[in-house]
Amino acid sequence: MIYFDLLIGFLKVGLFAFGGAYGAIPVIRDVVLSYGWIEDEMLTYMIAVSESTPGPIMVNLATYVGSSQAGFPGALIATAAVVLPSFVIVLLLIILLKKLLKNPYVQAVLRGMKPCIIGVILATGVYMVLRYCVISSDRPTVSLKAVLLTAFLAVIYFGSRKILKKGLSPIALIGISALAGVVVYGI
Amino acid sequence: MNILLDLFLTFAKIGLFTFGGGYAMISLIENACVERKRWITHDEMMDVTVIAESTPGPIAINCATYVGYKQKGLSGSIAATLGMVLPSFCIIFLISGFLDNFLEIAWIAHAFMGIRLAVGILILDAAIRMIGKMPKKPMPLTIMFCALLAMLLIDFFALRISSVTLMLTAAAVSLAIFMVKRNAGKADAEK
Repeated sequence: MIYFDLLIGFLKVGLFAFGGAYGAIPVIRDVVLSYGWIEDEMLTYMIAVSESTPGPIMVNLATYVGSSQAGFPGALIATAAVVLPSFVIVLLLIILLKKLLKNPYVQAVLRGMKPCIIGVILATGVYMVLRYCVISSDRPTVSLKAVLLTAFLAVIYFGSRKILKKGLSPIALIGISALAGVVVYGI
Repeated sequence: MNILLDLFLTFAKIGLFTFGGGYAMISLIENACVERKRWITHDEMMDVTVIAESTPGPIAINCATYVGYKQKGLSGSIAATLGMVLPSFCIIFLISGFLDNFLEIAWIAHAFMGIRLAVGILILDAAIRMIGKMPKKPMPLTIMFCALLAMLLIDFFALRISSVTLMLTAAAVSLAIFMVKRNAGKADAEK
Protein backbone atom coordinates (compact mmCIF):
# COMPACT_ATOMS: atom_id res chain seq x y z
CA MET A 1 0.00 0.00 0.00
CA ILE A 2 1.33 3.41 -1.01
CA TYR A 3 0.69 5.13 2.35
CA PHE A 4 2.59 2.42 4.18
CA ASP A 5 5.44 2.52 1.63
CA LEU A 6 5.68 6.31 1.98
CA LEU A 7 5.77 5.99 5.76
CA ILE A 8 8.51 3.35 5.78
CA GLY A 9 10.48 4.97 2.96
CA PHE A 10 10.61 8.41 4.58
CA LEU A 11 11.20 7.07 8.09
CA LYS A 12 14.30 5.50 6.54
CA VAL A 13 15.29 8.88 5.05
CA GLY A 14 14.76 10.66 8.36
CA LEU A 15 16.74 8.03 10.22
CA PHE A 16 19.73 7.72 7.89
CA ALA A 17 20.17 11.24 6.56
CA PHE A 18 23.20 12.57 8.42
CA GLY A 19 24.80 15.91 7.64
CA GLY A 20 21.70 17.83 6.66
CA ALA A 21 20.05 18.15 3.26
CA TYR A 22 22.93 16.94 1.12
CA GLY A 23 23.32 13.89 3.29
CA ALA A 24 19.66 13.16 2.64
CA ILE A 25 19.83 13.33 -1.14
CA PRO A 26 21.59 9.97 -1.68
CA VAL A 27 19.19 8.23 0.72
CA ILE A 28 16.13 9.90 -0.85
CA ARG A 29 17.33 8.89 -4.34
CA ASP A 30 17.75 5.35 -3.09
CA VAL A 31 14.26 5.14 -1.61
CA VAL A 32 12.44 7.02 -4.37
CA LEU A 33 14.13 5.15 -7.24
CA SER A 34 13.82 1.71 -5.64
CA TYR A 35 10.06 2.19 -5.16
CA GLY A 36 9.87 3.72 -8.65
CA TRP A 37 7.95 6.74 -7.33
CA ILE A 38 9.44 9.39 -9.61
CA GLU A 39 12.18 9.41 -12.22
CA ASP A 40 15.73 10.44 -11.46
CA GLU A 41 15.43 13.50 -13.71
CA MET A 42 12.26 14.74 -12.03
CA LEU A 43 13.90 14.25 -8.65
CA THR A 44 16.81 16.43 -9.75
CA TYR A 45 14.36 19.19 -10.74
CA MET A 46 12.67 18.81 -7.41
CA ILE A 47 15.96 19.15 -5.54
CA ALA A 48 16.43 22.47 -7.34
CA VAL A 49 12.88 23.55 -6.45
CA SER A 50 13.46 22.56 -2.79
CA GLU A 51 16.69 24.52 -2.80
CA SER A 52 14.89 27.60 -4.18
CA THR A 53 11.87 27.49 -1.87
CA PRO A 54 12.08 28.21 1.84
CA GLY A 55 12.27 25.55 4.50
CA PRO A 56 14.33 22.41 5.16
CA ILE A 57 15.18 20.69 1.86
CA MET A 58 14.41 17.25 3.26
CA VAL A 59 10.92 18.31 4.32
CA ASN A 60 10.30 19.90 0.93
CA LEU A 61 11.31 16.73 -0.91
CA ALA A 62 9.19 14.52 1.34
CA THR A 63 6.13 16.75 0.84
CA TYR A 64 6.63 16.73 -2.92
CA VAL A 65 7.16 12.99 -3.32
CA GLY A 66 4.25 12.21 -0.99
CA SER A 67 1.95 14.60 -2.79
CA SER A 68 2.94 13.32 -6.24
CA GLN A 69 2.24 9.73 -5.19
CA ALA A 70 -0.84 10.00 -3.00
CA GLY A 71 -2.13 13.57 -2.91
CA PHE A 72 -2.63 15.45 0.35
CA PRO A 73 -2.65 12.41 2.69
CA GLY A 74 0.53 11.16 1.01
CA ALA A 75 2.23 14.53 1.50
CA LEU A 76 1.18 14.55 5.15
CA ILE A 77 2.45 11.02 5.82
CA ALA A 78 5.79 11.49 4.03
CA THR A 79 6.44 14.82 5.78
CA ALA A 80 5.56 13.45 9.21
CA ALA A 81 7.72 10.38 8.57
CA VAL A 82 10.80 12.39 7.59
CA VAL A 83 10.49 14.63 10.67
CA LEU A 84 9.62 11.99 13.26
CA PRO A 85 13.00 10.26 13.75
CA SER A 86 14.94 13.47 14.44
CA PHE A 87 12.14 14.76 16.66
CA VAL A 88 12.15 11.59 18.78
CA ILE A 89 15.94 11.28 18.85
CA VAL A 90 16.47 14.86 20.04
CA LEU A 91 13.79 14.46 22.72
CA LEU A 92 15.40 11.23 23.92
CA LEU A 93 18.81 12.90 24.00
CA ILE A 94 17.51 15.78 26.12
CA ILE A 95 15.32 13.76 28.48
CA LEU A 96 17.05 10.47 29.06
CA LEU A 97 20.45 10.19 27.60
CA LYS A 98 22.35 13.44 27.84
CA LYS A 99 25.63 11.62 27.95
CA LEU A 100 24.81 9.11 25.23
CA LEU A 101 26.58 11.13 22.55
CA LYS A 102 29.77 11.04 24.61
CA ASN A 103 29.62 7.27 25.01
CA PRO A 104 32.75 5.81 23.33
CA TYR A 105 30.79 3.13 21.47
CA VAL A 106 28.33 5.66 20.07
CA GLN A 107 31.31 7.84 19.15
CA ALA A 108 32.88 4.88 17.33
CA VAL A 109 29.68 4.31 15.32
CA LEU A 110 29.48 8.02 14.42
CA ARG A 111 33.19 8.05 13.47
CA GLY A 112 32.41 5.33 10.92
CA MET A 113 29.21 6.86 9.58
CA LYS A 114 30.36 10.44 9.06
CA PRO A 115 33.20 9.80 6.58
CA CYS A 116 31.02 7.21 4.86
CA ILE A 117 28.24 9.72 4.20
CA ILE A 118 30.81 12.22 2.89
CA GLY A 119 32.03 9.60 0.39
CA VAL A 120 28.42 8.82 -0.59
CA ILE A 121 27.59 12.51 -1.11
CA LEU A 122 30.75 13.01 -3.19
CA ALA A 123 29.87 10.01 -5.36
CA THR A 124 26.31 11.30 -5.82
CA GLY A 125 27.63 14.71 -6.90
CA VAL A 126 30.08 13.17 -9.38
CA TYR A 127 27.36 10.90 -10.76
CA MET A 128 24.79 13.68 -11.12
CA VAL A 129 27.24 15.97 -12.91
CA LEU A 130 28.37 13.22 -15.29
CA ARG A 131 24.99 11.69 -16.06
CA TYR A 132 23.56 14.84 -17.61
CA CYS A 133 26.71 15.45 -19.65
CA VAL A 134 26.18 12.11 -21.38
CA ILE A 135 23.07 11.55 -23.45
CA SER A 136 22.30 7.88 -23.13
CA SER A 137 19.87 6.76 -25.79
CA ASP A 138 21.02 3.64 -27.71
CA ARG A 139 24.65 4.62 -27.64
CA PRO A 140 25.89 6.98 -24.92
CA THR A 141 27.18 10.20 -26.44
CA VAL A 142 28.71 13.16 -24.71
CA SER A 143 26.59 16.31 -24.92
CA LEU A 144 28.96 19.17 -25.71
CA LYS A 145 26.37 21.76 -24.65
CA ALA A 146 25.98 20.17 -21.22
CA VAL A 147 29.74 19.83 -20.69
CA LEU A 148 30.36 23.47 -21.60
CA LEU A 149 27.43 24.68 -19.52
CA THR A 150 28.58 22.63 -16.50
CA ALA A 151 32.11 24.00 -16.82
CA PHE A 152 30.72 27.54 -17.13
CA LEU A 153 28.53 27.16 -14.03
CA ALA A 154 31.35 25.59 -12.00
CA VAL A 155 33.76 28.40 -12.91
CA ILE A 156 31.17 31.07 -12.00
CA TYR A 157 30.17 29.35 -8.75
CA PHE A 158 33.60 28.50 -7.40
CA GLY A 159 35.27 31.53 -9.01
CA SER A 160 32.81 33.97 -7.41
CA ARG A 161 34.31 33.14 -4.00
CA LYS A 162 37.60 34.70 -5.08
CA ILE A 163 35.86 37.99 -5.86
CA LEU A 164 32.80 38.25 -3.61
CA LYS A 165 33.15 37.72 0.11
CA LYS A 166 30.72 34.84 0.40
CA GLY A 167 30.52 33.86 -3.26
CA LEU A 168 27.29 33.17 -5.10
CA SER A 169 24.47 31.64 -3.07
CA PRO A 170 23.01 28.31 -4.24
CA ILE A 171 19.80 30.10 -5.26
CA ALA A 172 21.79 32.58 -7.37
CA LEU A 173 23.53 29.65 -9.09
CA ILE A 174 20.18 27.97 -9.79
CA GLY A 175 18.86 31.26 -11.20
CA ILE A 176 21.88 31.68 -13.48
CA SER A 177 21.70 28.04 -14.58
CA ALA A 178 18.02 28.44 -15.46
CA LEU A 179 18.77 31.51 -17.61
CA ALA A 180 21.73 29.74 -19.22
CA GLY A 181 19.53 26.70 -19.91
CA VAL A 182 16.93 28.82 -21.69
CA VAL A 183 19.63 30.45 -23.82
CA VAL A 184 21.71 27.33 -24.59
CA TYR A 185 18.92 24.79 -25.14
CA GLY A 186 16.44 27.27 -26.64
CA ILE A 187 18.65 28.09 -29.61
CA MET B 1 1.74 36.14 24.18
CA ASN B 2 1.14 32.48 24.84
CA ILE B 3 4.54 30.76 24.79
CA LEU B 4 3.30 27.90 22.59
CA LEU B 5 1.94 30.34 20.02
CA ASP B 6 5.16 32.36 20.24
CA LEU B 7 7.26 29.23 19.60
CA PHE B 8 5.05 28.24 16.69
CA LEU B 9 5.11 31.68 15.06
CA THR B 10 8.85 32.25 15.60
CA PHE B 11 9.77 28.96 13.96
CA ALA B 12 7.18 29.42 11.22
CA LYS B 13 8.87 32.72 10.40
CA ILE B 14 12.27 31.02 10.29
CA GLY B 15 10.81 28.26 8.12
CA LEU B 16 9.30 30.79 5.76
CA PHE B 17 12.31 33.02 5.32
CA THR B 18 15.32 30.74 5.11
CA PHE B 19 16.36 29.38 1.79
CA GLY B 20 18.94 26.67 1.31
CA GLY B 21 18.05 24.59 4.35
CA GLY B 22 20.23 23.30 7.17
CA TYR B 23 23.23 25.41 7.97
CA ALA B 24 21.67 28.57 6.59
CA MET B 25 19.00 28.17 9.26
CA ILE B 26 21.34 27.81 12.20
CA SER B 27 22.34 31.49 12.02
CA LEU B 28 18.68 32.57 11.86
CA ILE B 29 17.72 30.31 14.75
CA GLU B 30 20.62 31.68 16.77
CA ASN B 31 19.53 35.23 16.02
CA ALA B 32 15.90 34.58 16.98
CA CYS B 33 16.25 32.19 19.92
CA VAL B 34 19.50 33.35 21.55
CA GLU B 35 19.69 37.08 20.86
CA ARG B 36 16.10 38.27 20.54
CA LYS B 37 13.93 35.85 22.53
CA ARG B 38 16.65 34.62 24.93
CA TRP B 39 15.06 31.20 24.96
CA ILE B 40 18.41 29.42 25.09
CA THR B 41 21.97 30.53 25.84
CA HIS B 42 24.81 30.69 23.36
CA ASP B 43 26.37 27.57 24.92
CA GLU B 44 23.13 25.68 24.57
CA MET B 45 23.03 26.74 20.93
CA MET B 46 26.46 25.13 20.48
CA ASP B 47 25.08 21.94 22.08
CA VAL B 48 22.16 21.94 19.65
CA THR B 49 24.54 22.30 16.73
CA VAL B 50 26.58 19.32 17.90
CA ILE B 51 23.44 17.26 18.47
CA ALA B 52 22.08 18.30 15.07
CA GLU B 53 25.31 17.26 13.38
CA SER B 54 25.52 13.88 15.10
CA THR B 55 21.88 12.91 14.75
CA PRO B 56 20.03 12.16 11.53
CA GLY B 57 17.25 14.25 10.04
CA PRO B 58 16.80 17.89 9.07
CA ILE B 59 19.07 20.15 11.16
CA ALA B 60 16.35 22.78 11.49
CA ILE B 61 13.98 20.19 12.97
CA ASN B 62 16.59 19.12 15.51
CA CYS B 63 16.99 22.75 16.60
CA ALA B 64 13.25 23.43 16.76
CA THR B 65 12.62 20.32 18.85
CA TYR B 66 15.43 21.24 21.26
CA VAL B 67 14.42 24.88 21.77
CA GLY B 68 10.72 24.00 22.05
CA TYR B 69 11.40 21.34 24.68
CA LYS B 70 13.59 23.70 26.75
CA GLN B 71 10.75 26.24 26.85
CA LYS B 72 7.65 24.17 27.41
CA GLY B 73 8.43 20.44 27.41
CA LEU B 74 6.79 18.10 24.95
CA SER B 75 4.01 20.50 23.88
CA GLY B 76 6.63 23.21 23.24
CA SER B 77 8.73 20.91 21.09
CA ILE B 78 5.66 19.96 19.06
CA ALA B 79 4.63 23.61 18.58
CA ALA B 80 8.14 24.62 17.43
CA THR B 81 8.54 21.64 15.09
CA LEU B 82 5.09 22.16 13.54
CA GLY B 83 5.94 25.83 13.01
CA MET B 84 9.17 24.88 11.29
CA VAL B 85 7.49 22.39 8.93
CA LEU B 86 4.22 24.11 8.08
CA PRO B 87 5.36 26.90 5.70
CA SER B 88 7.41 24.61 3.47
CA PHE B 89 4.72 21.96 3.54
CA CYS B 90 2.12 24.42 2.21
CA ILE B 91 4.40 25.94 -0.40
CA ILE B 92 5.63 22.63 -1.79
CA PHE B 93 2.16 21.12 -1.73
CA LEU B 94 0.94 23.98 -3.92
CA ILE B 95 3.91 23.71 -6.29
CA SER B 96 3.64 19.93 -6.63
CA GLY B 97 0.28 20.29 -8.41
CA PHE B 98 1.75 22.56 -11.06
CA LEU B 99 5.28 21.32 -11.69
CA ASP B 100 4.40 18.60 -14.22
CA ASN B 101 2.31 21.05 -16.29
CA PHE B 102 5.02 23.71 -16.09
CA LEU B 103 7.58 21.33 -17.56
CA GLU B 104 5.53 20.96 -20.75
CA ILE B 105 6.28 24.61 -21.58
CA ALA B 106 9.42 24.58 -23.75
CA TRP B 107 11.39 27.42 -22.16
CA ILE B 108 10.71 26.18 -18.64
CA ALA B 109 11.89 22.71 -19.65
CA HIS B 110 15.06 24.31 -21.05
CA ALA B 111 15.57 26.25 -17.83
CA PHE B 112 15.36 23.03 -15.85
CA MET B 113 17.87 21.35 -18.19
CA GLY B 114 20.27 24.07 -17.06
CA ILE B 115 19.20 23.81 -13.43
CA ARG B 116 19.86 20.06 -13.21
CA LEU B 117 23.53 20.73 -14.02
CA ALA B 118 23.69 23.27 -11.19
CA VAL B 119 22.25 20.76 -8.71
CA GLY B 120 25.17 18.38 -9.33
CA ILE B 121 27.63 21.22 -8.72
CA LEU B 122 25.88 22.17 -5.45
CA ILE B 123 26.08 18.59 -4.19
CA LEU B 124 29.78 18.40 -5.12
CA ASP B 125 30.34 21.69 -3.29
CA ALA B 126 28.63 20.36 -0.15
CA ALA B 127 30.84 17.25 -0.24
CA ILE B 128 34.02 19.30 -0.73
CA ARG B 129 33.13 21.51 2.24
CA MET B 130 32.53 18.46 4.43
CA ILE B 131 35.88 16.98 3.40
CA GLY B 132 37.48 20.27 4.42
CA LYS B 133 36.08 19.93 7.95
CA MET B 134 36.83 16.21 8.24
CA PRO B 135 39.78 15.02 10.37
CA LYS B 136 42.54 14.04 7.89
CA LYS B 137 43.50 10.76 9.53
CA PRO B 138 43.99 7.36 7.87
CA MET B 139 40.78 5.80 9.24
CA PRO B 140 38.20 8.39 8.14
CA LEU B 141 40.00 8.92 4.83
CA THR B 142 39.97 5.18 4.08
CA ILE B 143 36.28 4.88 4.95
CA MET B 144 35.49 7.91 2.82
CA PHE B 145 37.35 6.59 -0.25
CA CYS B 146 35.81 3.11 0.10
CA ALA B 147 32.34 4.67 0.37
CA LEU B 148 33.05 6.93 -2.62
CA LEU B 149 34.18 4.00 -4.75
CA ALA B 150 31.33 1.73 -3.67
CA MET B 151 28.70 4.42 -4.27
CA LEU B 152 30.10 5.28 -7.73
CA LEU B 153 29.91 1.59 -8.68
CA ILE B 154 26.36 1.39 -7.32
CA ASP B 155 25.28 4.51 -9.26
CA PHE B 156 26.93 3.75 -12.58
CA PHE B 157 25.99 0.07 -12.70
CA ALA B 158 22.59 0.60 -11.05
CA LEU B 159 23.40 -2.02 -8.41
CA ARG B 160 20.67 -2.81 -5.92
CA ILE B 161 22.65 -1.85 -2.83
CA SER B 162 21.33 0.99 -0.72
CA SER B 163 23.46 3.80 0.69
CA VAL B 164 21.95 2.88 4.06
CA THR B 165 23.73 -0.49 3.77
CA LEU B 166 27.02 1.34 3.16
CA MET B 167 26.51 3.48 6.25
CA LEU B 168 25.63 0.54 8.48
CA THR B 169 28.70 -1.31 7.18
CA ALA B 170 30.94 1.68 7.93
CA ALA B 171 29.43 1.94 11.42
CA ALA B 172 30.02 -1.78 12.06
CA VAL B 173 33.63 -1.63 10.82
CA SER B 174 34.40 1.43 12.92
CA LEU B 175 32.79 -0.14 16.01
CA ALA B 176 34.69 -3.42 15.48
CA ILE B 177 38.03 -1.61 15.14
CA PHE B 178 37.29 0.41 18.27
CA MET B 179 36.47 -2.73 20.29
CA VAL B 180 39.55 -4.62 19.06
CA LYS B 181 41.77 -1.65 19.97
CA ARG B 182 40.12 -1.32 23.37
CA ASN B 183 40.62 -5.03 24.13
CA ALA B 184 44.23 -4.84 22.95
CA GLY B 185 44.71 -1.87 25.26
CA LYS B 186 43.26 -3.82 28.21
CA ALA B 187 45.45 -6.87 27.43
CA ASP B 188 48.54 -4.64 27.39
CA ALA B 189 47.54 -3.12 30.71
CA GLU B 190 47.16 -6.54 32.30
CA LYS B 191 50.69 -7.61 31.31
